[in-house]
Amino acid sequence: MPKIKLAENTVQLIKDICKEFENKESELINVLHQVQSKLGYLPAEVQEVIAKELKTSVAKVYGVVTFYSFFTMIPQGENPISICMGTACYVRGSEQVLNEFKRQLKVEVGESTEDGKFSINCLRCVGACGLAPVVTVGEKVYGRVAPTDVKKIIAEYRNH
Amino acid sequence: MTDYKMHLLICGGTGCKASESDEIKKRLNQLIHDLGLADEVQVVLTGCFGFCEKGPIVKVLPDNTFYVQVTPNDVVEIVEEHIVKGRLVKRLLYTDPTNDEQISDSKGMDFYKKQIRIALKNCGFINPENIDEYIARDGYQALGKCLSERTPEEVIKEVKDSGLRGRGGGGFPTGLKWEITKNVENDQKYVVCNADEGDPGAFMDRSILEGDPHSVLEAMAICGYCIGADKGLVYIRAEYPLAIQRLKIAIKQAEEYGLIGDDILGTGFNFHIELRYGAGAFVCGEETALIHSMEGLRGEPTFKPPFPSVSGYMGKPTNVNNVETFANIPVILNKGAEWFSKIGTEKSKGTKVFALAGKINNVGLIEVPMGTTLREVIYDIGGGIKDGKEFKAVQTGGPSGGCLTKDFLDLPIDYDNLLASGSMMGSGGMIVMDENDCMVSIAKFYLDFTLEESCGKCTPCRVGNKRLYELLDKITQGKGEEQDIEKLKELSVVIKDTALCGLGQTSPNPVLSTIKNFEDEYKAHVLDGKCPAGQCKSLLRYDIVEDLCTGCTLCFRNCPVGAISGERRQPHYIDQTLCIKCGVCYEKCKFNAITLT
Amino acid sequence: MDIVNLTIDNKPVVVKSGTTILEAASGVGMHIPTLCHMKLDDLNIENKPGGCRICVVEVEGRRNLAPACCTDVSEGMKINTHSMRVINARRTVMELILSDHPFDCLICAKSGNCELQDLAHNLGIREIHYKGEQSTYREDTSPAIIREVDKCIMCRRCETMCNEVQTVGVLSAINRGFESVVSPAFEMNLDHSVCTYCGQCVAVCPTGALTEVDETGKVIRALSDPTKTVIVQTAPAVRAALGEEFGMEAGSLVTGKMVAALRRLGFDHVFDTDFAADLTIMEEGTELLNRLGKHLAGDKDVKLPILTSCCPAWVKFFEHQFPEMKDIPSTARSPQQMFGAIAKTYFADQLGIKREDLVVVSIMPCVAKKYECGRDEFKTNDNPDVDHAITTRELAALIKLSNIEFKSLPNEDFDNPLGESTGAGVIFGTTGGVIEAAVRTAYEIHTKKELPRLDFDELRGMEGIREATIDFDGLPIKIGIAHGLGNARKLLEDIQAGKSEFHAIEIMSCPGGCIGGGGQPYHHGDAGILKKRQAALYQEDKNKTLRKSHENPHIIELYEKFLGEPMSEKAHHLLHTEYFDRT
Repeated sequence: MPKIKLAENTVQLIKDICKEFENKESELINVLHQVQSKLGYLPAEVQEVIAKELKTSVAKVYGVVTFYSFFTMIPQGENPISICMGTACYVRGSEQVLNEFKRQLKVEVGESTEDGKFSINCLRCVGACGLAPVVTVGEKVYGRVAPTDVKKIIAEYRNH
Repeated sequence: MTDYKMHLLICGGTGCKASESDEIKKRLNQLIHDLGLADEVQVVLTGCFGFCEKGPIVKVLPDNTFYVQVTPNDVVEIVEEHIVKGRLVKRLLYTDPTNDEQISDSKGMDFYKKQIRIALKNCGFINPENIDEYIARDGYQALGKCLSERTPEEVIKEVKDSGLRGRGGGGFPTGLKWEITKNVENDQKYVVCNADEGDPGAFMDRSILEGDPHSVLEAMAICGYCIGADKGLVYIRAEYPLAIQRLKIAIKQAEEYGLIGDDILGTGFNFHIELRYGAGAFVCGEETALIHSMEGLRGEPTFKPPFPSVSGYMGKPTNVNNVETFANIPVILNKGAEWFSKIGTEKSKGTKVFALAGKINNVGLIEVPMGTTLREVIYDIGGGIKDGKEFKAVQTGGPSGGCLTKDFLDLPIDYDNLLASGSMMGSGGMIVMDENDCMVSIAKFYLDFTLEESCGKCTPCRVGNKRLYELLDKITQGKGEEQDIEKLKELSVVIKDTALCGLGQTSPNPVLSTIKNFEDEYKAHVLDGKCPAGQCKSLLRYDIVEDLCTGCTLCFRNCPVGAISGERRQPHYIDQTLCIKCGVCYEKCKFNAITLT
Repeated sequence: MDIVNLTIDNKPVVVKSGTTILEAASGVGMHIPTLCHMKLDDLNIENKPGGCRICVVEVEGRRNLAPACCTDVSEGMKINTHSMRVINARRTVMELILSDHPFDCLICAKSGNCELQDLAHNLGIREIHYKGEQSTYREDTSPAIIREVDKCIMCRRCETMCNEVQTVGVLSAINRGFESVVSPAFEMNLDHSVCTYCGQCVAVCPTGALTEVDETGKVIRALSDPTKTVIVQTAPAVRAALGEEFGMEAGSLVTGKMVAALRRLGFDHVFDTDFAADLTIMEEGTELLNRLGKHLAGDKDVKLPILTSCCPAWVKFFEHQFPEMKDIPSTARSPQQMFGAIAKTYFADQLGIKREDLVVVSIMPCVAKKYECGRDEFKTNDNPDVDHAITTRELAALIKLSNIEFKSLPNEDFDNPLGESTGAGVIFGTTGGVIEAAVRTAYEIHTKKELPRLDFDELRGMEGIREATIDFDGLPIKIGIAHGLGNARKLLEDIQAGKSEFHAIEIMSCPGGCIGGGGQPYHHGDAGILKKRQAALYQEDKNKTLRKSHENPHIIELYEKFLGEPMSEKAHHLLHTEYFDRT
């Protein structure tokens, strides 16, 4: 894993977030949520700072980060695409939609495109089963997505 | 809600929001303002109406007109016709698929007729971001009464008498749980609301939190009063931003009104509520795992006992109930245990919310009395199977549940009946499947889910489910052997018998129930190398019938992998070793010369 | 106290409430097999994740099987420990574990000593019905410990030792489901982590996932090199445990046989680390008295308490975790390194050979010693003072390899001059022993009076943290003792907070001290073994005619002929060291 050096203000940001939660070890998950929402991901160096601030071991932080699928150590694309693989979406064809996204963007699940514009992830039920199959791009939800819609959805973000 | 002559309710649930309900609300408000009607007509963004299939929905009160699949472009017509001129916009009304009749009043729709709404009482009726609307519908009345007139013992007795059982899956009697936690002595106790709804295909908790967050907050405070806790925590999925936002607003408003916080209603009772976020781990729906997760640890379950009611969050007695369970509490206390216990079956009282999804016409959120049959749910409320296909199975209970066949359609739904028939209530997901769904693939789908969500702590779940998945995968690949079905059964039994937590103990249910109910389908895969539903690609075979092939070359030209060969005007031929079973030839052929077996 | 009546395999049993099924069954001679479970009674160490599911039993009226290790008995319980259902479940669970475990038993370092192997044998596994993907991981070799993670069965014992007992925090469960495994953060190698190499993870691993770096090959090569003079030193705790490897009762003292075996292996001189332990006392004791004297004279800059520095894992621990306190521990090197430094100067000179031609091998109860002898400050011109450190287990392997019938060996004596030791040197191998040895010498030097007694029972025992005040003829000396790094941490935090009133603290990383070291014969969860080893060392101390380090004639000679006096410049150069901030 290539080492990255964190900018001074990034370190400060992480420290501030930890402080917000009183540097309590039991607040680790809240801290990780906050830090990821600010930085987009949780690289090793960030986890090291968090471990130090919360006075816990970095192994424990890593153990928690790798346990929860919401946390990622890889930077997400500018437009994170999530395909719902919940049962309702699955029986209404979300797998084909996923395959179409993979084919068009030429990336696998969990990866980002080379230009960093898109990344693909699967998620388990956003609870919009009425719209199955469902795809989200960032905060926006697309319902009743067919493989033929994929091109259009990508194009919406391509030139932003 | 009395100042206005007319109300326009728009569904603001996640599903309808995705279909631009925000934009509809914006345009409605704009237009009403422009027409100078702002004092007479109020536009309200509510929680989920339940009828997600036809969203976004706009409901006009007082006449209960129910407009479906509304787009922002319909706004002008609704305002000009209905509001200004008092005429229905017929093209936006719901059409009964059985007789093509248009229905304007939602009360007349089959979808709503058989429902009784307790947990969803306010969903779709009030603006969840306005505490006054909740209060106007008896909100916080139960809390007020409990604090001022009733002892904790009396309230617990009422909850016990109601027969309410936990709606999160296990069905443990709620009142009893409260009583146990109450009886553990400790100066610090906690009330936890489990909002880590994770069953794929279940979204009732999200809808309740989005549509009626105060009902949960009120119930938590009541629970706190009963068990002697002054702190409540809502453990909610981070994937539910709208529910989180509405909960935050609700907590703030309740605090401002003195309904949550210190010295509630001047009674000296303190109760504070905070949010904790899940981070994408299904196993955290298990209460010990949930508690570890709230403590900042890996969400691994621990052996019970000790139960959370004795040693839970931070080692303190903790009462954990799920969202739907809490949502029932204020209604029970307002209307009485006797009223509640008259609804439902002998051992399962009240109603249950189900998320109806899959190959069904009316996808949505419904609430029916316990004891309603599957047939009523699927055909009367759900409107039957999509595209006129044949019903094959319904899956209840999510990854812990099982698939029930048409033989069970007249089964009255309750905890015990579902369990006895090899499935379970779970949180209330109900996925309907038709003839095109392969049951082996469905079992594999659920195992894939369990595999991904297993915490890895105990051997049977960590390795056993992996092996189950591999066996199922082998079968769907057409490489299954006869003894594999037996192996699946034997391994499933041991996993159920030995796994540490509920997730592992129930993970083989989808396998066992599909083998039990669809053994022939398994055998077809294993013995005949065929997938009767036509879903397992590896088992499909496309052939060209020589006599019917005209040699038009259309299939040859469209085959993406060059698996088809043949001379023009001569019968063509598919090389099975190259064929990827994409089905393009089958679709393109104009002479029905290609068979699929 | 509540009493619970139950039946186990139709036998009526009466136990205290709060007893687990496992404990209740073992009380009536029913041995329920376990794998992840580990309970070290006297040390307060327990690993009870309830994860492996091997110990499941049938409880009448219960829907599923119950894990015996974490299910408490209840009144009227009817338990069946080996019904058909139970046996089938256990065998299936074992097959599942094996289906994700490499099949290289024959060449595994743990073969013959593997709890998983034994269990598979006892359960009569002959075939694995559920085959499938196996987890594969990169092998991680550090200076002391090898991690073959493919062999991890997620029992979590190492995690418990590393986090709860040692509070080192290197190992954690990572990922989830089938991908879950125990690993350092970011799956980094141990040598990039803050691992202290205490080896407690190795000591408890039930499989071959964690083992020590095997250096027996290097020792054999050195022994067969005619140009080298090969000498050996043996740590005190080894003699109290080595016999176990040859089927002898735990706590058997095998000093004489060990010496005989080493001679037969071909070592040119068989010496004793106990000699260097006596030397350590001379240096460390003097340092203590110096600091104490300055403190009593009102010097505010002098640091007290003084902390012992014999344990390399402890040294690495504070270098990583408490670097700001690195001037508090004694600067005295560990006995292993003092021995090496003297051997490669004083003794090499006596033999008239170059240090490069002298190979120093040490037999240690410890895996961290492998790391210690590789530290740069213990090398001269890249030549280490100690060339190879092998564990008690590795020595046993060498003896077996060389066809030596250990049990029938005669008792032989160590060689001189580096083989003579006192009882004070012997007790270095147990918690409390170093400080007791120091007290015996420091008292007499300070008071210039003979000690009225030699056994300091107030310093002995197995509690994780102990304290005692020793009367130095009117001067009360407050002494603290911690074994296990988690206990050490507590004392360090007190010092940091300015709350510590101790003058001297002894710290050993391993629970029980070196007798419980990571390189000792596996205790397989039986903490009683450690107590027997401890008793053996105190017995050896008692058997000695000389029991105070400063009375060791060869130590006196060493100072007279070579070092001058304790803390002299030469002693400082050869026998003291410095510590580094490793954050």
